[in-house]
Amino acid sequence: MAQPRTLITVPPVVKKGELVVVRALIQHPMENGFRHDENGQRIPRDMIQRFRCLLNGKEVFRADLQGGIAANPLMQFTLLAQESGALDFFWEGDNNFRAQSKAQLLVT
Amino acid sequence: MKTTRRQMLCLAGAATVLPAPVVLATPDSARQALQQILGNSKVNTGRVTIDLPPLVENGNSVVVQVSVSSPMTADDHVKAIHLVAEGNPLPSIMTAYFYPENGRAAFTSRIRLAESQRVWAIAHMSDGSNWLGHADTLVTLSACTEER
Repeated sequence: MAQPRTLITVPPVVKKGELVVVRALIQHPMENGFRHDENGQRIPRDMIQRFRCLLNGKEVFRADLQGGIAANPLMQFTLLAQESGALDFFWEGDNNFRAQSKAQLLVT
Repeated sequence: MKTTRRQMLCLAGAATVLPAPVVLATPDSARQALQQILGNSKVNTGRVTIDLPPLVENGNSVVVQVSVSSPMTADDHVKAIHLVAEGNPLPSIMTAYFYPENGRAAFTSRIRLAESQRVWAIAHMSDGSNWLGHADTLVTLSACTEER
């Protein structure tokens, strides 16, 4: 499967001690298994179940998604800027769905 | 006995005004979801704020922000926030896990809402306490079960 499109938004440079807003978007239908197509057939469930964000290898945010998340899920959270480092983002879900993305956090 | 129109209106009015206990007011499936999260632990009301538009035109994508007042230090921080939509076929929406590194216990996401309803959030603190908040919204176009 082709890699789905992901979009990470992090400010390019932040000051130490500042609150950083991190936005992570991914292209995904988040089909919840309750909907039907035009022929009355139930559309099978296809959801992302977990989102994780790691800063320098340490988990700093995680979300377990159970249901009722809109298509192309948005996850926005904050980080307290302490040190520069690599941000890694992971999504996993139904039908062996796996995706990842990266960003850099530059703290001055 | 025949009920007159006036009596009928009175009854309808009384039914809407009658106060109901907070948690008991939720539908069964939602109460189950809340029960599952809380177990036997006690829950306090407050500290949790849900930002949800009061009127939603399209339930397929509703921006929701949940924030919890907490100093977010190593000794005193929010460990998890659970989000429950009581009117959805699957009331449990998500659980977000936090660390002191977050600086602020808040997240924003986009959710689906099947109908006009109350959305609940439970915050689980590092000291073991639980805090509950809610927000109400009106949904004009339903999500989840509609045809494609």
